[in-house]
Amino acid sequence: MRIRQIVRAAALEAGLSLVDQTKIITAASELARNTLDHGGGGHASIERLQEGGRRGVRIVFEDTGPGIPDVDAALRPGFTTGRGMGLGLSGARQLSNEFSIATEVGRGTRVTIARWK
Amino acid sequence: MDRIPILKIGAALLVTIQVDLHDSVAMALEEDLSNMIVKAGAKGVLIDISALEIVDSFIGRMLANIAGVARMLDADTVVVGMRPAVAITLVELGLSLPGVKTALNAERGMALIQRRVAESGLEADHAAGEF
Amino acid sequence: MARQPASLNGIVAAHEDEILREWQRVLSLGGTERRLTGREIEAQCRAVLEALKESSGGTEEVSDRLQDLLAEISRNRATQGFGVTETVGFLLSLKRPLVDAIGREHAKAPAIALRETLASTELVDGLALRLMDAFVRNREEIIIRQQQEIAELSTPVVKLWDGILAVPLIGTLDSSRTQVVMENLLQAIVDQSAQMTIIDITGVPTVDTLVAQHLLKTIAAARLMGADCIISGIRPQIAQTMVHLGVELSVVSKATLAEALAHALLKTGRAVVTRRPVVEA
Repeated sequence: MRIRQIVRAAALEAGLSLVDQTKIITAASELARNTLDHGGGGHASIERLQEGGRRGVRIVFEDTGPGIPDVDAALRPGFTTGRGMGLGLSGARQLSNEFSIATEVGRGTRVTIARWK
Repeated sequence: MDRIPILKIGAALLVTIQVDLHDSVAMALEEDLSNMIVKAGAKGVLIDISALEIVDSFIGRMLANIAGVARMLDADTVVVGMRPAVAITLVELGLSLPGVKTALNAERGMALIQRRVAESGLEADHAAGEF
Repeated sequence: MARQPASLNGIVAAHEDEILREWQRVLSLGGTERRLTGREIEAQCRAVLEALKESSGGTEEVSDRLQDLLAEISRNRATQGFGVTETVGFLLSLKRPLVDAIGREHAKAPAIALRETLASTELVDGLALRLMDAFVRNREEIIIRQQQEIAELSTPVVKLWDGILAVPLIGTLDSSRTQVVMENLLQAIVDQSAQMTIIDITGVPTVDTLVAQHLLKTIAAARLMGADCIISGIRPQIAQTMVHLGVELSVVSKATLAEALAHALLKTGRAVVTRRPVVEA
């Protein structure tokens, strides 16, 4: 769970408020768990954003696991195939300003989230 | 393996979560608490999370599970000391922990448990008086 | 021997008085500066010319002093409610006096005059762009600050009694406002060690499913912090719409703030009683 510290540092640097920091760290924690549990492990990259006067953090999670057959279902709150509450993907989307997912069955999944100040 | 210590205070069990929980530690805590409730005959479980900077759905589920098990074993679970940012995030996440009682701090939480113990005591006396 | 072909700062230095006079005349013709007194305008013009004299004259190199000056002018005008045209027009109207001065300086050398004219207009245009940039940025800052002030003003959290808070909501409850309400309320719960919170929605015009969702989120968050919520002030029409929409707020709800307070007092072990009249001995 080292990802939390790294995301926290990046969020702090981007000047996010305490609540926004907590939201993006929690979202990252959900996605990291997904990557480990369902994707069989993968990697995350964190990027600091600057656009005009706005600052933010973007995190990309990538795995080469089985992929998600039905993305719409997976995004529904409460949908789960694992041992969680089925709030990982839907929750991460709820907690981010930007959310996108690219997945292919048998190839893997990439989820991108961002939170702006 | 690290285990989180469980303290017994009167009819209550007190757990203070100080660090980011690793998944295995969280699972161990769930099991230890269930055993302790029965062994100690506890009527309440107080979980202090004031040190936690984030609570994700995994920890949320652990808290809900503990509350569920405790209820079946006739004990109340009170989660105390949640930080405002954590509460807002949990609600956005869609996790409002309906089965879990809450209190602002450990003192209030303990009062909640004691009141319940006192009430159940009264009820018992009352029931005895009916005969 | 003829003077060296003076660059812009030289020309400004040599013809400062005429340029200043002419600039002020152009500005007064434009009529856009009526909000400033003649003395204020003169001071600003003078400051710009002073800074120009110091700068090396290239379009790229704008001296720190000039930069600071532009920032100050834009800030002043932004807070006084000037428009973009007025603010940028102030600088652009310097062009004509400058070009005139160049014409007089190089009357016998049209080629030089042309080159200098071009350079000076480029410089003024560059400065005008910078001024506009700074002006827009200042205006944006003002707007953001005002938005925050409005959001905070419209969502006060008041203490009614020891451990009892009230949030009188007025106006529409959208998601960004819900965030502010939640943050203020939860912080107040911590600061005041509150056990009860009354959310009064007398001033909320409509409650649709979305607003109800926002209310429920706020209530859920307060509960996670250990504080119970009461909703008060649901007007009859709103109650009807909510029922028709199938919206249910599964919380204690009271018709008025007064009843909610009485309930909260009761829940926290207090009671409101009528005092027996004291009989004078």
